[in-house]
Amino acid sequence: MNFNFSEEQNMLKDSVARFVQDEYDFETRRKNAAEAQGFNKAHWQTFAELGWLSIPFAEEHGGFGGGATDVMAVMEELGKGLVVEPFVATVLLFGGLLKKSSSAIQEANIPNIIDGSLQGAFAYLERQSRYELNDVKTSAVREGDEYVLNGEKTVVFNGVAADKCVVSARTSGEQNDEAGISLLLVDTSAEGVSRTNYRLMDGQVVANISFDNVRVAADQLVGDEGAGFALMQSVVSDVTIALCSEALGIMQKLNATTIEYTKTRKQFGVAISSFQALQHRMVDTFMACEQTKSLLYRAVCSAESDSEGREKDLLALKVMVGRNGKLVGDEAIQLHGGMGMTDELDVGHYVKRLMMINTTFGDADYSQQKFNALVR
Amino acid sequence: MDLSFSAEDLAFRDEVKGFLTEAWTPELAKLFRNLDTYKEGQIAWQNRLNEKGWIAPGWPEEHGGVQWSATQHFIYESERSAVGAPNVVPFGLKMVAPVIYGFGTEEQKQRFLPRILNSEDWWCQGYSEPGAGSDLAALQTKAEIDGDDYIVNGAKVWTTYAQLADWIFCLVRTDSSGKRQDGITFLLIDMKTPGITVNPIHSIDNQHTLNEVLFDNVRVPQANRIGEQDKGWTYAKSLLAHERTSIAGVPESKRKLRELRELLEGEVSGGQSLADDVLFQNRLSNVEIELMALEYTELRVLASTESGQGPGVESSLLKIKGTEIQQSLQQLYMDAAGYYCGVLPGDLSEDDIGHGFADSARRSYMYGRAATIYGGSNEVQKNITAKYVLGL
Repeated sequence: MNFNFSEEQNMLKDSVARFVQDEYDFETRRKNAAEAQGFNKAHWQTFAELGWLSIPFAEEHGGFGGGATDVMAVMEELGKGLVVEPFVATVLLFGGLLKKSSSAIQEANIPNIIDGSLQGAFAYLERQSRYELNDVKTSAVREGDEYVLNGEKTVVFNGVAADKCVVSARTSGEQNDEAGISLLLVDTSAEGVSRTNYRLMDGQVVANISFDNVRVAADQLVGDEGAGFALMQSVVSDVTIALCSEALGIMQKLNATTIEYTKTRKQFGVAISSFQALQHRMVDTFMACEQTKSLLYRAVCSAESDSEGREKDLLALKVMVGRNGKLVGDEAIQLHGGMGMTDELDVGHYVKRLMMINTTFGDADYSQQKFNALVR
Repeated sequence: MDLSFSAEDLAFRDEVKGFLTEAWTPELAKLFRNLDTYKEGQIAWQNRLNEKGWIAPGWPEEHGGVQWSATQHFIYESERSAVGAPNVVPFGLKMVAPVIYGFGTEEQKQRFLPRILNSEDWWCQGYSEPGAGSDLAALQTKAEIDGDDYIVNGAKVWTTYAQLADWIFCLVRTDSSGKRQDGITFLLIDMKTPGITVNPIHSIDNQHTLNEVLFDNVRVPQANRIGEQDKGWTYAKSLLAHERTSIAGVPESKRKLRELRELLEGEVSGGQSLADDVLFQNRLSNVEIELMALEYTELRVLASTESGQGPGVESSLLKIKGTEIQQSLQQLYMDAAGYYCGVLPGDLSEDDIGHGFADSARRSYMYGRAATIYGGSNEVQKNITAKYVLGL
C-alpha cells in the first residue's frame, strides 16, 4: 500500500507547477481570461509542447497513456495556478468522449487535440435539464447517411473556441429516458449552427449553441446509436475526479494564502494569526482540505482499479468538494477581511472557480441525494 | 498510488476472517455486555488473541509482538470491527508497553511485558489531575526520593478502570524549579501499595468506569522509574501521539453506521421507515462521507508510519474528526430510539421495553461526551495543529 506518485507522475506534476510559478502569475491569468475566447492560445501551444494535452490518450494515437492518477497530478497543479486554458473541456471532456468513438474518428481528431490545433467541447446541457444528463430534448433524425440535428444546448464550456463539439441528442424515446440518446461529433462551422457567447464568474467563456437542421454524417456518431447515456456518464465520472483534483489544488492554495496573510496582517499591535479564534478556523479549513484529499485518493484508487465502490466514492467526493470547498472559500475571504472583498486580490477568483466546480455535473446536495439512493 | 491487496494480503485477510469466526463466540460477546463480567470477557478474548500471536501488533518480535504492515493493520481492524469483536484494553498493550520497551531497563522489560501479553496485569493511566487536564504539564502529584524509593503524594483523576487495575503508570513531579515539562518523572506503581485509595466517580452514563486515585505517602521503588528522573514528559509524549491515532475509532464507527442503517429499517414513524426519512438519510450520509474520508486519512498516516515517518502531529486530525464522527453517530442512535432513549431499564430486560438498542444508545451517547475531552481535548488538538502543522 502506498500513496506515492511514480517518478513519471512526479515529473509531470513538477512540470505543471513550474509552468504556473514561472509563467502564470495572477496578472497573466487575468489577461488570459480577458481574451475573447477566454484563454491564451500561445499558452495552449506551450501545453501541447510540454506534452500535457496527450496525457489521457492511448499511445497508438501519440498519447501518454495516462490514468486517473496522472490526470489528478496535473489538475491539482492547474488548480493552484487557477489556469483558465480549456484543458478540461477539450482534453478531458471532448477528448474523453472521442476515446470511445470509432477508430476513424479517433485517428482523425486525437492527434489534432494532442498537437494543440483542435479545440473541442461537450454540448450536453439544456435549459430545462439542470444536472440530469438524460434530460435531452435536442433531436437527431436519421435521413439516409446523415442525421438531422435540431435543438439548443446551453452553458457549453469552451463553446466559443470549439472547432468541434460532441452533442447529446435524442434519436428515440422520451425526454427523460436514458435509452435513445446518441452522441454526434459536429463541426461548429457547419450550416445551421449558431452560437451566443457569454462569460461565467470563474473566467470561462461559454456558449449557448443552437442547431437548426444541421446535417451530420452518420459516421460521426460517437459510440452506438441510442447508447450515449452510459458513455456520457462514464466520461463525466472521470472528469468529475479531475475537477475535484483541481478543487483540491485551489483549496490548498487558498489555505496557504490565508495562513500567510494572517501572519503578516497586524491589528491591535500583533499579527492576527496569534488569535486563537482565527487559529481554530484555519485548523478547520486545514482538516477540510486533508479530508478532501483523502476522499480524492480514495476515488482515484477505486477508479484506477474499477472497484465496485467506485460510484459511491465519487459521489462522496463530489459532496465533500462542494461543502469543504465552500468552507475553505468563505473562510479565506473572511480571514482576509476587507481585502478579501477586492477584485484585485486573487482570493475571490479562486473562490468563484470553486463555486463553479461545485455546480458542474451536480452540486453537493444533488450528489448527496444520489449517494443516499445508492446506499439505501 | 497503489492500494490493491497483494496475494499475501488476501491470504492474511482470509486467515483473519477464519480466526475471528472461530474465536469471537456469542458466549464471549455475552460477557462483554455487563460490567460485572466485562473483565473476565476481556481477558478471555485477549488470551485468545495471545494464543494466536496477534495480541501485540507493533511490538518488537523479541518481546512477543508481531510486525504487521500498514495494510495488514488495516485488514485486521476492518475485519475485527466487521464482526463486532472488541479492541484490546489499550492501557497496558498499547500505551505503557511501548514506553517500557522503548525506554525501560532490561529488567523492567522482563518483568512487565510478559504479564501484559498474558493479561495478568491490568493497567490504568495516571495522567490527569484535578488541576491538570488538557494542561497536563501543570501536574502536581509529587514524588520525593527516600533511600531506594520515591514517596508519592497527590491525586489522579478520571482514571478509567482503576477499580479493576493491578498497576498504574503515572506522571509525577520530581522537580518544580525549572520549566514545567522538565521536572516530570514516569513511574510504574503497584495498585496494591499501601496508601493508594480508589474512589469511584459515577458518570452521566450511570456507569462506573472513572475513578479518582489518591496517593498518601505511597512508597514506590526507584527501580519502577522509566528512564531518567525528570525526563518523563518526553516518554509520555511519544505515547500521546499514538493515543490520538488509535482513538479515531474508524473501524468501530463503520460498524456502528452499518448497524444503524439496519435498525432504522425497523423504526417506523408515520407509517414510514426512518430509513426512508430524507432528513435522517442526509444526516447519515454526512457522517458516512466524513468517515469514508477519515478511513483514508488514517491509511495515509499508516502508510507514512510504515515508510518510517511515524504518526506525527497529524494524528490530532484523526482524533478530532474521529471523535466528531463518533458523537454524530451516537446522536443518530439516540434520535432513532425516540422516547426509549431515556428509559433506565433497571432490572427490565430488553424484551420488556422493546427497542433493544436504546439503553446502549443512551450509555454510548452519555459516555461518548468524553471522547472530545480525553486524550487532550479537541480544542487543545486544534492548538497543537495550529502551532506545529500550520506554523501559526
